[in-house]
Amino acid sequence: MSREVHNGPTDDTQARGTPYSGDPEGGARAQLQELDKLPLDAWHRTRGGRMVPFAGYEMPVQYEGIMAEHLWTRENAGLFDVSHMGQLLVHGQGVAAALETLMPGDFQAAADMKPKYSLLLAEDGGIIDDLMATRRGDDFYVVVNGATKHGDIQVMQNRLPGGVVVDYMKEQALLALQGPKAVEVLETVVPGVSELGFMQGRSFHWQGRPLWISRSGYTGEDGFEISVPAIAAAALADAICSNPLAKPIGLGARDSLRLEAGLPLYGHDIDLDTTPVMAGLTFAINKRRRAEGGFPGSMRILAELQNGAPQKRVGFEVEGRQPVREGALVLDGEGNEVGKITSGGFSPSLQRPIAMGYVASHLADDGTALKLEQRGKLFDARVVPMPFVPHRYHRKGAA
Amino acid sequence: MTVYFTKEHEWVRVEGDTATVGISNHAQEQLGDIVFAEVPEAGRKVSKGQEAAVVESVKAASDVYAPVSGEVIEGNSALADDPALINSDPEGQGWFFKLKLDNASELDGLMDENAYRDFVASL
Repeated sequence: MSREVHNGPTDDTQARGTPYSGDPEGGARAQLQELDKLPLDAWHRTRGGRMVPFAGYEMPVQYEGIMAEHLWTRENAGLFDVSHMGQLLVHGQGVAAALETLMPGDFQAAADMKPKYSLLLAEDGGIIDDLMATRRGDDFYVVVNGATKHGDIQVMQNRLPGGVVVDYMKEQALLALQGPKAVEVLETVVPGVSELGFMQGRSFHWQGRPLWISRSGYTGEDGFEISVPAIAAAALADAICSNPLAKPIGLGARDSLRLEAGLPLYGHDIDLDTTPVMAGLTFAINKRRRAEGGFPGSMRILAELQNGAPQKRVGFEVEGRQPVREGALVLDGEGNEVGKITSGGFSPSLQRPIAMGYVASHLADDGTALKLEQRGKLFDARVVPMPFVPHRYHRKGAA
Repeated sequence: MTVYFTKEHEWVRVEGDTATVGISNHAQEQLGDIVFAEVPEAGRKVSKGQEAAVVESVKAASDVYAPVSGEVIEGNSALADDPALINSDPEGQGWFFKLKLDNASELDGLMDENAYRDFVASL
């Protein structure tokens, strides 16, 4: 038996945005650099986590199994260790205006304690990274992807004025508790979190330690992201998982959950070759910024907003049972290559294969029938709206 | 009846000149939740070391090689609807295909159960 493809975010080379190398070992032995350990390394191993290289660290891809962990998170509460992600504090004189030279959001009028999705852009409008930025008083707390964090810090330091400082909060771990029971579980550990609205954060205290908690996540479910001093992370994870409604969940299910939720993964669905308009992330381009421009790539991005982009990110429903994965080609009825799959797999919730990718804009309408080609085999597919599984975020006023 | 194993984690159970092929318990553990399997149809000739079947889990796609050469007598049709049989009973109901052996001497280079267990322990 061969390991022909090992895709998704468990493969370190792909996490860095490099396409699958064709190495039949899936890069399993290509551990050229030393892997770092995260604060919860021993905690994962004790709980049976299967550790794999990811973003320069050893991280748990699964515990009992991706399918069971995925379904558990959709029904109960799943605890994810995302401490590989970069937590940054950007501060200094004129920080809000300075951030607007890197990203297309409205940082000057950003409301306090409200995380906002934004994009670090290259001069040609390509995406350097996607991130969450939250104004905390005079500072901005920014969470970037793990595989790209060092490059992001470099870009920020090079391009921000001297009075603006980027601090990498290395001593902080980051946990995410996701699922419909997340609020019930976390409220017993950190009273008060249930009062947070969706996309709202604030500081809390737990056993004398400061926590920063926001009601946000990457699964399409209600849930929280918790920044905790690394020294207290294992104790907090224990406290959460002492509730039988909560279980630790690996990176494998994190990937299948976010795919069902239609959320792009950096290095796969978005990268330097995609723009926010191609990727369907125009909600991250603020109204005032559309009028004023002044962000990297604004000429191209504003023109694409007006006239459309040549390609669009869409969802696909795939006929049959076989997963179609990253790297598969999208073909039109005449066999012409019109796009490519950037993420794909078997949906545990829907029990069928789903995929997302880019396709020429004139073929991007819902319902368009296309073919996908993977390893010489053709699959029937149809463009469908995303998310594949409806989001169930917490809305104020809703029960 | 004897069971042999390959270094690529296939097993082959031989009864007379009929060989049944599947993937080992170790292989299914490594793959995780299996969501798709494609097995060869009766009549197809496969040679030792050649891709004969496909197995896909949530995370990975793999080819299953023919451990020995021969003509396929039957593919396990139960796997199309219930590929998880490979997880639950990899060396029983989760078999992939049966073939008529071309050359029984090809079995000589394969491992027996104890040798395979030692091989897996060494990985």
